[in-house]
Amino acid sequence: MTQPFLRIEGVSVHFPMRKGLLQRQFAEVKAVEKVTLSLNRGEAFGLVGESGCGKTTLARTVLRLVDATEGAIWFDGQNITDLKGAALAPYRKRVAAVFQDPFSSLNPRMKAGAIIREVLYVHKYQGDMTARVIELLGLCGLSDRFAELYPHQMSGGQRQRVGIARALALEPDLIVCDEAVSALDVSIQAQIINLLEELRVRLNLTYLFIGHDLSIVRHLCDRVAVMYLGRVMETASSEDLFANPKHPYTRALIDAVPNPDPLSEAARDHVALMGEVPSPLDPPKGCVFHPRCALAMDICRSGEPELKRHGEGHLAACHALNS
Amino acid sequence: MTLLEIENLSIKHRAEGVETTLVDDLSYSVAAGETLAIVGESGSGKSLSSLALMRLLASDLHVTGGSVRLEGVDLLTLSDEDMRQRRGRDISMVFQEPMTSLNPVRNIGSQITESIEENLGLSKADARKRAIDLLREVGVADAERRMRQYPHHFSGGMRQRVMIAIALAAEPKLIVADEPTTALDVTIQAQILDLMAKVCKDHGTALILITHNLGIVARYANRVNVMYGGRIVETGTAAEVYYTPRHPYTQGLLNSVPRLDQDRKQPLKPIMGNPADPFTKITGCRFHPRCPYAQDLCRTTRPDFDGQTACHFPLQTQTREAS
Repeated sequence: MTQPFLRIEGVSVHFPMRKGLLQRQFAEVKAVEKVTLSLNRGEAFGLVGESGCGKTTLARTVLRLVDATEGAIWFDGQNITDLKGAALAPYRKRVAAVFQDPFSSLNPRMKAGAIIREVLYVHKYQGDMTARVIELLGLCGLSDRFAELYPHQMSGGQRQRVGIARALALEPDLIVCDEAVSALDVSIQAQIINLLEELRVRLNLTYLFIGHDLSIVRHLCDRVAVMYLGRVMETASSEDLFANPKHPYTRALIDAVPNPDPLSEAARDHVALMGEVPSPLDPPKGCVFHPRCALAMDICRSGEPELKRHGEGHLAACHALNS
Repeated sequence: MTLLEIENLSIKHRAEGVETTLVDDLSYSVAAGETLAIVGESGSGKSLSSLALMRLLASDLHVTGGSVRLEGVDLLTLSDEDMRQRRGRDISMVFQEPMTSLNPVRNIGSQITESIEENLGLSKADARKRAIDLLREVGVADAERRMRQYPHHFSGGMRQRVMIAIALAAEPKLIVADEPTTALDVTIQAQILDLMAKVCKDHGTALILITHNLGIVARYANRVNVMYGGRIVETGTAAEVYYTPRHPYTQGLLNSVPRLDQDRKQPLKPIMGNPADPFTKITGCRFHPRCPYAQDLCRTTRPDFDGQTACHFPLQTQTREAS
């Protein structure tokens, strides 16, 4: 078997909670708990789950903005978990990020051209920077006059295009998209989704796409992992996961999404998932999902289920599936 | 029975002698007990027109014409004091951000009882009892203890439940909910909207549900107004608008959302361009720069609203395939 392009291996991220004069640690938030995932080159991989499920923390760990407490991250054959300083620079060039809010992720006092040029400058780009900036804007569907505009002079969709152009500046291989289309209007969302798809094919990019909108993740991603309280509950190909969800949590998530067809909606029997995500400071014993799960049995309250294979490339962590 | 009748409502922004039309000659009505959805993108005027009927417009925005009649009484001509008394009692509002619409330095109980004491003239003790009942009705467990807590003790979904309890406190005839679940996870969104649908049904309350999510329209609304550039461009029952859209903008919106009930690989057809900026002058139909069917007439002459759509060349009634 070929080696995965990005391998997240048993990664946990714990944040200490401190208080008092001596900053004594009194608790720990387990944001990500022993997550193992592999991404192949050129694929789009989606991470979904409710707020607080650890999807953003995991993505930030991949970006090396947060350090893993345990586990390792392998990128293209290299362990990048503990790289520092100059050793990290080559990795930083190959991995880029597109953030949710194009209003706050672009410097309001810089023109779009300067925003993109800054990345080239920092990484000592050898070549004609102005030409490269214009090429990047063009790649993202913006004419060269946008180089001279400030973020406030653009619409939300145009700003997000600048954000994507900046991410592409150093010809990265992996792009982490954290809710990259969530803040946009419906008609603009579709433009940006199409742009991301087109760029992936054209530039052979790999995406780690974080989203809470399941229909967008399904459309854009080849494979998906569903997270809950820091753990992966289920992972499968998009087709398989949405057509044939195994985990009760995945089923509840899919059920919660209304479709725009009024007649089929009226015929649909949806049951809203009860309750809310518990605090990660004090996660439930056993399966972390059991307090909200309609299928919960005794074993779910005591033992944490492992991810097990339920079909080709389909893993799910649920006791109810094993019996 | 018509509860609310808005006729020829226009809202303008005035600054430095420049007048900009933000809501243009808007007319619609809401029947007692029904749920009307208003969909549109940023700048479509959907929120502004709702703020106008609550008489909560910012000071640089002016209603320059039209009437808003609630059971025959024009709210726009009431004195400030009369209008203040009607808020809460006749119409109340649920906002998008449950973080900012509750007072952070007052406990939840006092924020609910305030409205009850003011509008129903109950004693402190009776108001407290009713507040506890309301909290239970909206699904806040341990209501008596929760009354003493502050907004920061509540999760986003729980805060929105509190907002609904406050909105319901004085049994209004109409609730205006402006994107009430946009800031929430899909599972919580389903809980909150199911709750709103239930309480409105139980109390016979009419609901104006402002949203950008066409799935929410399909699942929860009886009728829908589609707004673009400060006008209603199409109106009808949720099924009519979905199965036989007449306005190209409505069709564009429906084609630009990825859906769980369709083939994953089906490409999205976004609407080109950006949402109409109210501060940019566009003659004729405001949608024409983005409309694939635009003709000369559309560029020069504003289409009238014929009771169903505002388009010179409405789409032929071709039934969408039921999915």
